[in-house]
Amino acid sequence: MGDGAIDLAAAAAERRQRASVVARGAASRRRRWELVGESALEWLIRLCGVSAIVFVFGIFFFVLREGAGFLFHGLNLRQFLFSTEWYPTSQSNVRYGVLALIVGTFSVTTLAMLIAVPFGLGAAVFVSEFCSRRMREGLKIVIELLAAIPSVVWGFIGLGVLNPLIQKVFRVPVGLNVLNGALLLALMSVPIMVSIGEDALKAVPDSYREAALALGATRWQIVYRVLLPAAKNGLLAAVLLGVGRAVGETMAVLMATGHAVNIPHSPFDPVRTLTATIAAELGEAAAGSQHYQVLFIIGILLFSITFVVNFTADLVVKGIRKR
Amino acid sequence: MTKPTTFVCFVTLTACAALGFVGCKKKESEGASAEPGAAAPGPAGGKKKAIQNIGSDTMINLAQAWAEDYGKVDSATSIEVSGGGSGIGIAALINGTADIANSSRTMEPKEIEAAKKATGKEPKELLIGYDALSIYVHKSNPLNEISLEELGEIYREGGKIDKWSQLGVKAIPGGEGEKIVRASRQNNSGTYHYFREAVLGKKADYKAGSLDMNGSKDVVDLVSKTPNAIGYSGLGYATPSVKILKVSRKKGEPGVMPAIATTLDKTYPIARPMFMYTPGEPSADVKKYLDWILSDVGQMIVEKSGYVPLPKK
Repeated sequence: MGDGAIDLAAAAAERRQRASVVARGAASRRRRWELVGESALEWLIRLCGVSAIVFVFGIFFFVLREGAGFLFHGLNLRQFLFSTEWYPTSQSNVRYGVLALIVGTFSVTTLAMLIAVPFGLGAAVFVSEFCSRRMREGLKIVIELLAAIPSVVWGFIGLGVLNPLIQKVFRVPVGLNVLNGALLLALMSVPIMVSIGEDALKAVPDSYREAALALGATRWQIVYRVLLPAAKNGLLAAVLLGVGRAVGETMAVLMATGHAVNIPHSPFDPVRTLTATIAAELGEAAAGSQHYQVLFIIGILLFSITFVVNFTADLVVKGIRKR
Repeated sequence: MTKPTTFVCFVTLTACAALGFVGCKKKESEGASAEPGAAAPGPAGGKKKAIQNIGSDTMINLAQAWAEDYGKVDSATSIEVSGGGSGIGIAALINGTADIANSSRTMEPKEIEAAKKATGKEPKELLIGYDALSIYVHKSNPLNEISLEELGEIYREGGKIDKWSQLGVKAIPGGEGEKIVRASRQNNSGTYHYFREAVLGKKADYKAGSLDMNGSKDVVDLVSKTPNAIGYSGLGYATPSVKILKVSRKKGEPGVMPAIATTLDKTYPIARPMFMYTPGEPSADVKKYLDWILSDVGQMIVEKSGYVPLPKK
């Protein structure tokens, strides 16, 4: 095996030498090609960058176009935003009120964040500051694996595992509720928080840690008094991106929250979210009908919510870069 | 440090390459096996014909059972079944992507107009059997009977019943509290429409806060896992872990169990017809399939799948 490797290395070296001779002969030709290739590549990359913007605006205009007719002519915006009565297919009295859906989305997201933020940031601090290098590599792989689980699978866990568990543990009549959805969303947004939070903590210069150590601070004091304040913008961005993930999630919450139009009074009440409503009803709404357009208007609403969340996260991240 | 990394890379690459080869081989063999099949002249001659059969979630078990057995009768035609709901089937009919739309409700005049406008032909309706809409509760629920009025009060907007004690149920073993957990369907399902019309009243709406499930099976699943729940779904979806209630038209009258006989003699109050729609007159292949469905063999499958076949002529 060793001999073979040496032989291979020798052969490779020889080949390289021969190649360099050839290269010298064709040097000028190659330079020209390189220049053409370079600029072509540059254009290609520029196109990739611009395409993202084109896609985002394209999608926004598509959603807006589908919903615009009813949004600007006919939709009672006050009823839409402040009524809890969602009866899009009623025979006698059609009502499009999404307040219960908005409250549903926010209740699940808020509870999810209450669970995920301590876990996510705690894990980020542990991964970045407390564990050994080998363990860190292992942990990061597992955490990334957690992010790779498809949301339908999370939904099944909610239906099959969490549903009976919540019924038994909390002695409530139904296990498909805010808590179930929030637990799933928390598990789904923790990986994002950990990886971005860890990056933020890593970005704190080591001189801060050294200075704190020199002053006789304990590890906990370093984290609490030095690292968290120094990385607070990055950590906030991590949390906000987690929120964006949670607000936009569809499949898992559709399956786990019970899908009931309802203003929740406790974490054990079933709710319905904006995303789940679109997913469940769009397929069966006749294209172009009022119901169809209202679902797109919900899409616009969601777009605005995620836009605000992501924009805030972006501003915060920019804040860190300036420092 | 570098050596193990290179080794890992090598192993990964080899694995990927091997997987790639397997993938290719599979595709090749698929292509190879598909060719003789296509070359073999079927009764229709030439390639294997596919019939798109889309629609009702209530009927999907039946549609799949038919499609499977039809393969043995006519190997030159394959029936491709997908569900989603009666609304999706009818929408597909209008858009021209379905050869047959399954529906557990009749097409609305509005939809017929839309189909005429889009395809230029009048959709054709075919009655293929009945479904007894069953009322499911958890198997430990002591209740045995329920009236349509009570069901209406449970499900209707403004209805007064929301506790099990109001139905005379003191306690459900394994249940928590008295609350009735209502399982319902998404608001464009044929079952949702039929239940609203037959039980709540034509102009009525559902009480908000029901758990709106996306499929017939999901309703039964939820009821089987939730002692406090009640739900409505097709008779064909019954499992050992749920209980079917007898239903009476009025409180005090004897309740009737959903079954073939009680559906056909109309003593069971909430049974509904099931339809298959074609855009205009069916083509020869589709007609052959529909005739087979109406034959004794096809109707036997209706009964075996838990639905109610058409009465024998």
